[in-house]
Amino acid sequence: MSMEVDAVPLPMRSIPHTTATILCYNCGAPIDGTLAAGALCSDCLKLTVDITNGIDREGILHMCRDCDRWHSPPTQWVVASLESRELLALCLRKMRGLSKTRIIDAAFIWTEPHSRRIKLKVTVQAEAMQGTILQQTFEVEFAQHYKQCPDCQKSYTHNTWRAVVQVRQKVPHKRTFLYLEQFMLKQGAHKDCINIKEVQNGIDFYFAQRNHAEKFVDFLHSVAPIRTKKSQELISVDIHTSTKSYKFSFACEIVPICKDDLVALPSKIAKAIGNIPPLVLCHRVGTAVNFLDPNTMHTADLSTPIYWRAPFAPLANVKDLVEFVIMDIEPIAAPQGRFTHAEATIVRASDLGVNDTTYLVRTHLGSILHPGDSAMGYLLSGTQYNNDNFDAILDSKTYAGAMPDVILVKKHYASRKKNKTRNWKLRRLAKEENDMKPRKQDAEREEYDYEQFLQDLEADPELRQATNLYKNAEETAKMKEAMETDDEDEGMEIPMEQLIDEMEEMGMVDDDEGEEV
Amino acid sequence: MAVRASFENSNEVGVFSTLTNAYALVAIGASENFYSVFEAELADVIPICHTTIAGTRIIGRLTAGNRKGLLVPTSTTDQELQHLRNSIPDSVKIQRIEERLSALGNVICANDHVALVHPDLERETEEIIADVLGVEVFRQTIADNVLTGSYMSLSNQGGLVHPKTSIQDQDELSSLLQVPLVAGSVNRGSAVVGAGMVVNDWMAVTGLDTTATELSVVESVFKLGEGMAPGSINTTNKETMVESFY
Repeated sequence: MSMEVDAVPLPMRSIPHTTATILCYNCGAPIDGTLAAGALCSDCLKLTVDITNGIDREGILHMCRDCDRWHSPPTQWVVASLESRELLALCLRKMRGLSKTRIIDAAFIWTEPHSRRIKLKVTVQAEAMQGTILQQTFEVEFAQHYKQCPDCQKSYTHNTWRAVVQVRQKVPHKRTFLYLEQFMLKQGAHKDCINIKEVQNGIDFYFAQRNHAEKFVDFLHSVAPIRTKKSQELISVDIHTSTKSYKFSFACEIVPICKDDLVALPSKIAKAIGNIPPLVLCHRVGTAVNFLDPNTMHTADLSTPIYWRAPFAPLANVKDLVEFVIMDIEPIAAPQGRFTHAEATIVRASDLGVNDTTYLVRTHLGSILHPGDSAMGYLLSGTQYNNDNFDAILDSKTYAGAMPDVILVKKHYASRKKNKTRNWKLRRLAKEENDMKPRKQDAEREEYDYEQFLQDLEADPELRQATNLYKNAEETAKMKEAMETDDEDEGMEIPMEQLIDEMEEMGMVDDDEGEEV
Repeated sequence: MAVRASFENSNEVGVFSTLTNAYALVAIGASENFYSVFEAELADVIPICHTTIAGTRIIGRLTAGNRKGLLVPTSTTDQELQHLRNSIPDSVKIQRIEERLSALGNVICANDHVALVHPDLERETEEIIADVLGVEVFRQTIADNVLTGSYMSLSNQGGLVHPKTSIQDQDELSSLLQVPLVAGSVNRGSAVVGAGMVVNDWMAVTGLDTTATELSVVESVFKLGEGMAPGSINTTNKETMVESFY
């Protein structure tokens, strides 16, 4: 019998010394019989009666090591940190025999987390004999065992999904998905996902329930120009109860036009969306695609349904950008928002020192370009595009004469030094990799795309608003030392106050390690 | 002399036996040991009657008696009554009582001079008790318990009452009985001292679980120490043994 020293019959403590009327039957000590419990003195009572007799002193708690949740029998899995109220409640519920007593106090005794033992100090009261309440303190030890919860089992088992959202964009780079990923992380749209798989030209999102997938599709509709097609596959049917189970697939295709793409609009569409000159730049993609003609500063929006009525491919994308150097630039109109219409004399960077070919172009980048700057642009003169819409423009009377030689797209910042690191970082979604390792050039391309995306983020405050940037503590410290010597890339720095302090959300890992979904 | 005994593994010897200064009743059962305890002490002095009352063995709770008389409940059969008449001395009056509270051992606690009875006992019964047992009858409670016979053990030398009896109650009872009283327990803290033991003026039988402390209390209050045996008849027990005391 393990009795604690501070077990005390309560009535004895509160009553002051009175005259003894009987002898304790056990030890013969004179005691007051009217107050004693069953003719027993308090010392003997402590030694002979154990109210914690039927209470288990050892127990087992099951936890899922994947989601850190505790099993609360029979079927619940609850989130509870160590030494939390929830865990205490769970432990007390686990203790058998406790219901016969009254719990006065319960607290955790600190244990090393790695010991996987949880110790509890419990104080209980119970009626030891008629009219005598005994209070006793004892320790209970729980062993923490691991058991995978059904939710995690499901997420680690293949083919347990009910619905899949297949997001695709048929473009040669991954920038759209990188942007979408950041946007999903910021909005928490991936919460219900049970699995995320990267596939060619896109990502598959798996869901346990159809409405989760539908919610996700609605989210995509609200942020990207997509077209959705829903299909379902019958898995099983019970003819007696007419219960059916289906698997649902939502095929979402994103408009293959990205920011900074050069687009030759079909003349019909160009007329329909505001009679814009058909050779345009895509300057923004939201739920609709926004076009800009740098020659005339006309803008137009192409809504998603109209696009999908007669889809067309972009003429050129960021891969085709060529570097130019600004020799001279002169604004020709007042700034309109971010853009200023300007006339610039430019030289192809590779032509410098080779020949004296210069181009006179009109650009929308008048507010950020200065003589001597580098800019990226599409070189149209001398380029052959195999595109029907472009040919139609060349053939048209109205636009063929106004065909520019160069269309400037964005300012170019000198390439980053290899060793230079950023003072911020991004979260990533944990995606299931393919079984086969990516080919070397694929990995390089992916790295390049990511780097481009990061640079876009640095250059575009509007893009930054849709993402969460986190402080990179170590790098910030390193950068402070290097600050004095390194003044390049000004304008490419993101102000520290825009960064979010730490990855404070639970279960979050920085982008080097990937993130738990 | 106080001895421990058990009746068929039960400590409640007061349930299965009645002991007075003139006779002893023991229940019929398989406990030969139980009889030996009584016979060892009483065989030469007073008769030991093996009997049942109303076919049951709980004779200690159904009967009440002292040196002068024995009260049995109405449920006692004629055959049992005849057997009792044959077994115990002729000087002892035996009376069947028509009483609703038929467990007479529980409601009557008597020595040779005084009886404490249940407050709800009928008036007639009270008179019969006074006549048959030759005692003064008081309606009393012991530590707020009405079952005087269960919670008190009484002899002409002293009395043991329920352990929760207060000093004031003990004083009051003691002044009625004119014998010293003490609160105590038998059978490891059992409060039903009347049922847990039987006592007369020179011996006590308690349950087998009774601790040494309890036994020493019993011996001291009932004055059962050395030299109190019936052999020392010319000393303290002389008065009770002399028939013509009154």
